[in-house]
Amino acid sequence: MNLFCIGLSHRTADVATREQFAGSATAESILRQTGCAEALLLTTCNRVEVYAVSQPRVSTDEIARCLTRRINSDPHDYAPPFYRYEANKCVQHLFRVASGLDSMVVGESEILGQAKKAYESARTSGAVGPYLHRLFQRAFRVAKHVRTHTDIARGAVSVGSVAVDLAQRIFGKLSDCKVLVLGAGETSERTARALISRGVSDLRVSNRSIDRACELAQAVGGRSIPFDDWAAQCREIDILITSTASETSLLTTDKLAPMLRERLDRPLFIIDIAVPRDVDPRVNEMEGVYLYDIDSLRSVAEQSLALRRQQIAAAEAIIAEHVADFFDSISQGLNRPPQTTERPSLGENSLRAWEL
Amino acid sequence: VDRYLLIVSTVCFLAAVVHTVAELRAGVFRPMRFNFFAVGLGFIFQTAFLSVRGHALGRCPLTNLFEVFVFLAWSVALMYMLVGPLYRLSLMGAFTAPLVVLLQGFALVAPIDMSHPVKVPANPWVEFHASISTVAYGAFALACIAGVMYLIQERQLKTHQLHSIFYHLPSLTDLYATITRLLWWGFALYTLGIASGFFTGHPLPRVQVVAAIGVWLLYATILQSRHLRWLAPRWVAALCIIGFSVALALLWGITFTAGMPPLP
Repeated sequence: MNLFCIGLSHRTADVATREQFAGSATAESILRQTGCAEALLLTTCNRVEVYAVSQPRVSTDEIARCLTRRINSDPHDYAPPFYRYEANKCVQHLFRVASGLDSMVVGESEILGQAKKAYESARTSGAVGPYLHRLFQRAFRVAKHVRTHTDIARGAVSVGSVAVDLAQRIFGKLSDCKVLVLGAGETSERTARALISRGVSDLRVSNRSIDRACELAQAVGGRSIPFDDWAAQCREIDILITSTASETSLLTTDKLAPMLRERLDRPLFIIDIAVPRDVDPRVNEMEGVYLYDIDSLRSVAEQSLALRRQQIAAAEAIIAEHVADFFDSISQGLNRPPQTTERPSLGENSLRAWEL
Repeated sequence: VDRYLLIVSTVCFLAAVVHTVAELRAGVFRPMRFNFFAVGLGFIFQTAFLSVRGHALGRCPLTNLFEVFVFLAWSVALMYMLVGPLYRLSLMGAFTAPLVVLLQGFALVAPIDMSHPVKVPANPWVEFHASISTVAYGAFALACIAGVMYLIQERQLKTHQLHSIFYHLPSLTDLYATITRLLWWGFALYTLGIASGFFTGHPLPRVQVVAAIGVWLLYATILQSRHLRWLAPRWVAALCIIGFSVALALLWGITFTAGMPPLP
């Protein structure tokens, strides 16, 4: 039996090329057209991959023809940059993909859900047999192992999630935090929504246009504050998200100092996503104030990504162990019928294929 | 035999330190299970040591500086075992282990394990006073460790430079709450320790009394400042470190000057 993976990803093809091969084929159609014993199609915005098991060798062109959206066209027309991994290389590739090592944002976890969905879909249609069942079950386990034993998924990598992550590092539980959104822009709305999703319940919105403030407050389940009163709110609030179009600093050390004296034991987290900035950078030097502007949020996101990249070697080591172990077990195990616990709830086609 | 138990205990704590350093260097920081296990094992051997020594002495093993240091290390580990899981501060083990290694390492290496020249009969008040005061020191030590953790986390948040350890440290608010609780625990136990000292029936050495009241006043001031919000959390954390350093130095001084004239 040949175990292989053929596909293209963000590493080898641009989106225009990838979309030529996404969405038209199914695992069943691949089985039908190529004569593979088992097949699974993994399609995401960043990759189109076929994992398959066949007795005779199936060429890359055959698979590419199954995937192409253009009827009767030869994939050579676009010279698509397909890669092909066989045997243990295929196993290693899948483990890397499931663990998020091959993703555009290293360590992202969405791919694992997508792989599980692809497996479930192929299993339901009967395109998955014992080989791919074992392979994918192990891949899911490896992904979990990698995530829990390395920092590959640590830290937020987008501006909104960095802000939420930092808020949690300062306050722990966010359910008791009071948040003021100053300026009803799109980014501040997104950040506010992210905070609400993590438990924030006291949210206030202030904007030069009170109508817009009311609109956003209603949308996010908060309450509006007149723009003239926002500064006084700094006595009470824990998190300030600011993104107004003001040309000058709205919050300076002089303005904040008297209010801080009343809240010395409570930190104040300020997220300034306005350009030009709404908050004087010197505010960050004040006791208990943590000011992050758009550049520092991006810098934190980059640091998180760098941290994740540092973890690649550790993750690769875990994967290498699993690849060796999996190959040992499969080379022994596939020469005998699978045990009851290992056997997937196969469709009729796969059961027949297994019996054959 | 008891010294071997202490050596094994120190090795366990050292293993936690080495493990933490290795993981920090590798950029993979997973101290939880191993550290808790290593500290737990070290604690068992510490307890065994104190038990053996206590049986041999026929009293609480706090008769010389060596035993005081080991008892203090045991109190620190005990506090960590109580506080760590309760407040989900698993990383605290990574910070607790070096302090215990330092205390026990010093106790093992320095020539301070002198047996008492006169076998003083056991006095329950003296034993209660000494042991409760040392456990209070354990709470102050852990407050000091939480203070270090707070300052590390605070520094990273201020400078926007986040390292791997950032994601494993508790939030500033949680750390501050832990510091406060530990300070109150330590202060209450220490007050009890000092008060029980007056019931021992022995004349109290002047230096010991002055030093003990000095430490009590120091922590009372920190707690009062925290309660009245005179100080920012960062300063409370820094004072916990300074306070414990001073208290440790005075503990050494107290034990060395134990033979000085008592209060009239």
